[in-house]
Amino acid sequence: MEWLEYDFMKNAFLAVLLITPLFGLLSTMVVSNRMAFFSDSLGHGAFTGLAIGAVVGIISPMQSLILFSVVFALLITWIKNKSSASTDTIIGVFSSTGIALGLMMMSYGGGFNKFSNYLIGDVLSITTQELGSLLLVLVLVFVLWGLMFNKLLVLSINQSFARSRGIDVMLTEGIFAAMVAVVVAISIQWVGLLIINSLLVLPAAAARNVSNSVKQYHVVSIGSAMISGISGLMLAYHFNMAAGATIVVISAVIFFITLLLKPRFVR
Amino acid sequence: MLKRLFRHTKGEGNDCSKLCCTKIENFTVKVGKLTIFEDVNLHVHCGQLTAVIGPNGAGKSTLLRAILGEISHTGTLKYADAKGKRTGKPIIGYVPQYLKFDVSAPITVLDLFSACRSRRPIWLLPSNIRSEVEESLKRVKAADLIDRRLGALSGGELQRVLLALALNPMPDILLLDEPVSGVDQNGLEIFYNILEDLQNNEDMAIILISHDLNMVARHADQVVLMNKGVVCSGTPEEVFHDSRTRKIFGMLTEGGVNHGGTGFVWVEHKKKKHQQGCGCPDCAEAEGDEE
Repeated sequence: MEWLEYDFMKNAFLAVLLITPLFGLLSTMVVSNRMAFFSDSLGHGAFTGLAIGAVVGIISPMQSLILFSVVFALLITWIKNKSSASTDTIIGVFSSTGIALGLMMMSYGGGFNKFSNYLIGDVLSITTQELGSLLLVLVLVFVLWGLMFNKLLVLSINQSFARSRGIDVMLTEGIFAAMVAVVVAISIQWVGLLIINSLLVLPAAAARNVSNSVKQYHVVSIGSAMISGISGLMLAYHFNMAAGATIVVISAVIFFITLLLKPRFVR
Repeated sequence: MLKRLFRHTKGEGNDCSKLCCTKIENFTVKVGKLTIFEDVNLHVHCGQLTAVIGPNGAGKSTLLRAILGEISHTGTLKYADAKGKRTGKPIIGYVPQYLKFDVSAPITVLDLFSACRSRRPIWLLPSNIRSEVEESLKRVKAADLIDRRLGALSGGELQRVLLALALNPMPDILLLDEPVSGVDQNGLEIFYNILEDLQNNEDMAIILISHDLNMVARHADQVVLMNKGVVCSGTPEEVFHDSRTRKIFGMLTEGGVNHGGTGFVWVEHKKKKHQQGCGCPDCAEAEGDEE
């Protein structure tokens, strides 16, 4: 394990250990609730959040990013529930507005370069302090998941069925959307906008191929996220490649393997 | 019609003090400027099966969803149990018309029950209500389905599982929205036997939407014909011999409902008329509120 002797590698390794279970967990319901496009739009909205933070300057870019992402997510959820327009149209509108507004503000005065990090992401740049906040988010998400997962699951089966079982659809959806928004917002600088959504889709997509129950679904999803995270980081180190992209490629490979195995597992 | 409705309500209003009953008063649902139905008054007793019939777009499904409180409506729902002790909000069980869900979802029947019935996070801990779920499923003759994936259930099996779920907790009123459309004869028999059992042993009020007029004639205690409101109601005998029923369904001109084949004749009629573009209530309001 000579690669762990470097501090930045040690931090990156810890970051992967924290981020991947988080994504594996959220991934299950992102996929089950058909929210892949939604989570993608959160990454786009994050750009506006960053830009606002940079322009306004009262709060740090990170705070602005989290705040804006949550508002953005809740707004989409609210309009989706109120409007009769189709969900993907609404998300599409928000998504394109989010990124265009962000790019416009960032490029003001030609200063876009300092933001380009957020496109690719750099997990090697994570600091110890940031690891701490990541751990906090991980704990929070797991606690919330424990409290509200059952409702979320019923909601993922069918919305009006959920309502008939006394579930507050908009509240449940809103909390989940806000959770995904926070996780996307805090991890976007290490994972990168271009690939963050893959991490929210691939683990559960793979898990669905080989699981029959909710528990198996979670185990496989979190497991495959962590395996691809750790092995991706090691490969990226040895061959000097972008860590995020390597992780996603391994996730994709796992997905295709499970797709081939599907007939053997799913009853 | 008014007279009958009035007499009906009044007559049964008295024994409300002894029997448990549900009164639906002046229900009206409007979506924007469109009136789905108005002034629906229904009186449902426990241990009775009330069948709601009517053409597509008559507002039947919407009525059930209004009773559930899923859509906003005007009018009141009054409920009183047998001892007159508990009044107010009844527990309502609901089996949807057709549950659209992702068949590839990795969710077992036990997962579904646990998620609905327990606060314990099912992704983390083993279910603590397995025996309870087994009991529920046994009642609908589906105990062997407990570990089956939802997507691997047949139409009839899924409806039975949903019925078991609707009966847990045991509701005061059970709402069934065309619960057996597309279910084979065998499944149909099982389903109606279960309903009969519930009526007799649990003293439950059941409101059922059905297009199968034969089954309605055979099993219902009360039939309500709806078309944007209650057209007529009463015993199957009364409703099926009412001229307005004949007009809407265009049936029963020869032979009675008990002579068989009525439901079938009606379906035939509907298809044929639709092709010719007849301007019957169905065509005017094609698809309407039914999903």
